[in-house]
Amino acid sequence: MRFMLIILAALWVFAATAQAEAPEFYDFDTQVEEQRFRNLNAELRCPKCQNQNIADSNAPISKDMRDQVYVMMQSGATDDEIVGALVDRFGEFVKYKPPVDSRTIVLWGFPFIAVFGGLLIVAGVVLRSRKQNPESALSPEEQARVKRMLTDKDPSSRS
Amino acid sequence: MKRLTLFLPLVLALAVGLFLAAGIGKDPTELESALIGKPVPEFSLENLREPDQTLDQSLFHGQVSLLNVWAEWCPACWDEHEDLMWLANEKGVRIIGLNYKDQRENAFRFLGRLGDPYQTIIFDPRGSLGFDLGVYGAPETFVIDAEGIVRYRHVGVVNERVWEEILLPVINRAEGNS
Repeated sequence: MRFMLIILAALWVFAATAQAEAPEFYDFDTQVEEQRFRNLNAELRCPKCQNQNIADSNAPISKDMRDQVYVMMQSGATDDEIVGALVDRFGEFVKYKPPVDSRTIVLWGFPFIAVFGGLLIVAGVVLRSRKQNPESALSPEEQARVKRMLTDKDPSSRS
Repeated sequence: MKRLTLFLPLVLALAVGLFLAAGIGKDPTELESALIGKPVPEFSLENLREPDQTLDQSLFHGQVSLLNVWAEWCPACWDEHEDLMWLANEKGVRIIGLNYKDQRENAFRFLGRLGDPYQTIIFDPRGSLGFDLGVYGAPETFVIDAEGIVRYRHVGVVNERVWEEILLPVINRAEGNS
């Protein structure tokens, strides 16, 4: 029991220091501003670490970018201006949401193309199977035979 | 008609295969600079060797140069330095250094040990010009033409192969145009 407590205490201390390693405290006047800062950081991508946003990344470049977002926010820039300033330096890569233009239209349009194509294929399959299977594929004699086989329980007495 | 549709999976597989094959060998960590075709951002920073002298973007006017972003703390910069020395001494390339987020003493120690290929070195301890240039990992090397326009950005070390295959053609084109 005591051993467990020591381990727990050690873990707790470790967790505390791990958090203290990234001391970044950006001060905001209102909660709305703070939320805006978080949203901006979440939709900007770190150019160094490729698949992290700048809020999650510990790379120095992400810190610089967060600082830039903060400084621009404090000077009254709009979200578009802030994202634009970073795109001008680092390219479209830093945006998780690429703009809809001639280069990205296939990317944006593909889900619709895929769903529409899928519907067409399903419709085609259904229509074709209906055409090939008219109401009954058996002739009257065959049907009579089936009936006989089903009602006659003793297979040995089958004609 | 029916027989043709049987080839559909093959066609699809070929299309996907070609698309995927095009991606092989491409380094996803190398991004094209957003500044290509644009002038070097305005800056006003100290000369590393002469602290009283302030440098600005006019440094790049008049002649094609390489702008090499380096720092003493950057391991890959140690690797590429010999090749930069070779470019400066053997090929007569004008290399401007951008000492990025470094300390003066460390920078001098680095140059003292490995040699100094730079015509001029911009001292950017806070990385402000680096940020404006979109530098996300040293070393990076920019080709800048005689009008001060960014023509190319190479991320990673410069070596003989990078020079022959990538940088030299860009420099020749930049020199041809201006």
